[in-house]
Amino acid sequence: MTGPELILQQLINAVSIGSLYALMAIGLAMVFGILRLINFAHGDLIMVGSYVALLLIVLGLPFVIAAAAGILASTLAGLLMERLAYRPIRGAHEIAMLLTSFSVTILLENLAIILFRPTSRPFPAPAVLHAVIEAGKLRLASLDLIAIAVAAILLLALTLFVTRTEVGISMRAAAQDLLAARLMGINVNKVIAAAFAIGSFMAGVVGILWSARVGKIDPLMGFNPVLKAFVASVIGGLGSLPGAVIGAYVLGGLEILLQGLLPSALTPYRDAFVFVILIALLLFRPNGILGSTEKEKI
Amino acid sequence: MRPGSPVLRLAPPALLLALLALLLAAADLFAGDYAQRIVIGIGINIILVVSLNLSSGFTGVFSLGHTGFMAIGAYAASVCTLPVALKAVNLPSLPGWLSHSALPFLPATLIGGALAMCVAFVVGISLMRLKGAYVSVATLGFLVIVQVILVNWDQVTRGARTFAGVPPYSSIWNVWIWAALSVYLVWRIGRSPFGRDMKAARDDEIAARSLGVSVIRSRLLAFCFSAFLTGVAGSLWAHFITSFSPKSFFFVQAFTVITMLVIGGLGSVSGSVIGVFIITVLSEVLRNAERGLDVGSVHIPPIYGASQVLMAILFVLIIVFKPAGLMGGREIELGSFIRRIVPRDWKKFRRP
Repeated sequence: MTGPELILQQLINAVSIGSLYALMAIGLAMVFGILRLINFAHGDLIMVGSYVALLLIVLGLPFVIAAAAGILASTLAGLLMERLAYRPIRGAHEIAMLLTSFSVTILLENLAIILFRPTSRPFPAPAVLHAVIEAGKLRLASLDLIAIAVAAILLLALTLFVTRTEVGISMRAAAQDLLAARLMGINVNKVIAAAFAIGSFMAGVVGILWSARVGKIDPLMGFNPVLKAFVASVIGGLGSLPGAVIGAYVLGGLEILLQGLLPSALTPYRDAFVFVILIALLLFRPNGILGSTEKEKI
Repeated sequence: MRPGSPVLRLAPPALLLALLALLLAAADLFAGDYAQRIVIGIGINIILVVSLNLSSGFTGVFSLGHTGFMAIGAYAASVCTLPVALKAVNLPSLPGWLSHSALPFLPATLIGGALAMCVAFVVGISLMRLKGAYVSVATLGFLVIVQVILVNWDQVTRGARTFAGVPPYSSIWNVWIWAALSVYLVWRIGRSPFGRDMKAARDDEIAARSLGVSVIRSRLLAFCFSAFLTGVAGSLWAHFITSFSPKSFFFVQAFTVITMLVIGGLGSVSGSVIGVFIITVLSEVLRNAERGLDVGSVHIPPIYGASQVLMAILFVLIIVFKPAGLMGGREIELGSFIRRIVPRDWKKFRRP
């Protein structure tokens, strides 16, 4: 492959992985924006959705129905999580909420280990998803293209939702100032539930795409994606939706770039480099790319 | 004797130490193998939790990456103490001077702690400027960096494989001497001007800064010192468990220590110690129950992982119903305890 084609190929790889990160990061950012809660258990929603989908596939249902049921299961799990674990501690200290989400993670992962055994299981995706389209000298995995398209559609829908619908506008109001929003008669419980539902829905979608990509699932599969989504939303500025999306694509690009540029002896250290760059970035922009740098006022 | 006289002031801690020594001696002489291991485990956890409390509880900079310092201490010290014969087999490509010498326990432990401290200094310079949730994510990033390095730096860490054959140097005595020392030092720091700076910056950063507190410096100090103690605990743990892998120093370990800290109450040294006792005993009981047990005539089959689930639920309940932890940031005051027993105006009762 020659120069420009190689660049295009890598760009597609970067955008496709960035799309998955973006869908994950949005869920984190929405919840953080309103509640100041870093929902570490967000990654386990991926796991829940994938296992439900796998269960139905094994039972003989067609892939599309199983995938839809998996996404639905993620959404319900997210709503349940909010109701049982996060609503009782709403308004608690940031750290207390973060630690609660850790407990939820430990809980879900161990439940999954008890129910499904700790070993990984193959995730059979239909052949269409693993097809490779040859366009000139480019080799495009259909899964990459699907990820990009799905993310584009969902991001567009989300943009319309938060700018055009009443719930969406209330959501932005709640993110700006929860108390003031409540005083204006916004039903905060409804808005927060909506935020969790949307974030969990997207996590469910990521779960199916991710499992199809990797080809196997295990109870701890949510850890890496959520970590990456964290990094993405921190790069963009915690709590900002556009920031989370930008951060995700920056992260996707960065990973592909490091993969290509690092000498082969250092490629296993890629994730370490990603975090070093993150920490370095935070030094110069402590609130991320889109976060305000305004000084706190007394 | 006046109430503030040195004898009265020093008596309680001296008594406490004597009592502790007595209990440890009893454990050392009479307790079975299993009980002794629990006693050592508690000692190591006390160091881990108290040192995390120094950086997270006193300064409010909540670190999720301390397990990384524990890993640094454990690996560094173990590479130093591993017998030369084993080094030739397990770590054939170790650089020169390290490969043909084995250090005794104390210097190796100090090296482990010092290395963790140096790393903390480098990392802390940038991290200590961040706020709230950003620090937590960034320190988690640090933990991932340490993981990646441990897994890939084959010639020193054996990569993802088990690092085995570490001499079992940790005993009840050396572990608990370190534990007592850590508790004392952290408690003293909490009372010192440094500690008050840390707490002031935690409670109101702007107010603290306006009073001339160098926020970043006080946080960095706490972070580095805490990393030193955590590194020491890592070394003690390595020479207690004797074989481990990078996986031992990841999320689950971090969560266990944090649970102990939060249950005892952030910012309270005595709370940390109480948290360690409660969680260690509880998790041992649960772990035994996990293997299956008979309640009356009902046999409950083994459910591995159930203890973790119960711990997680317990943790959420504590945060919901007792958000500040059991001690709520307060300390058990030995002095006031003594004063309650010995009346303040006891002189009145003396015959002329």
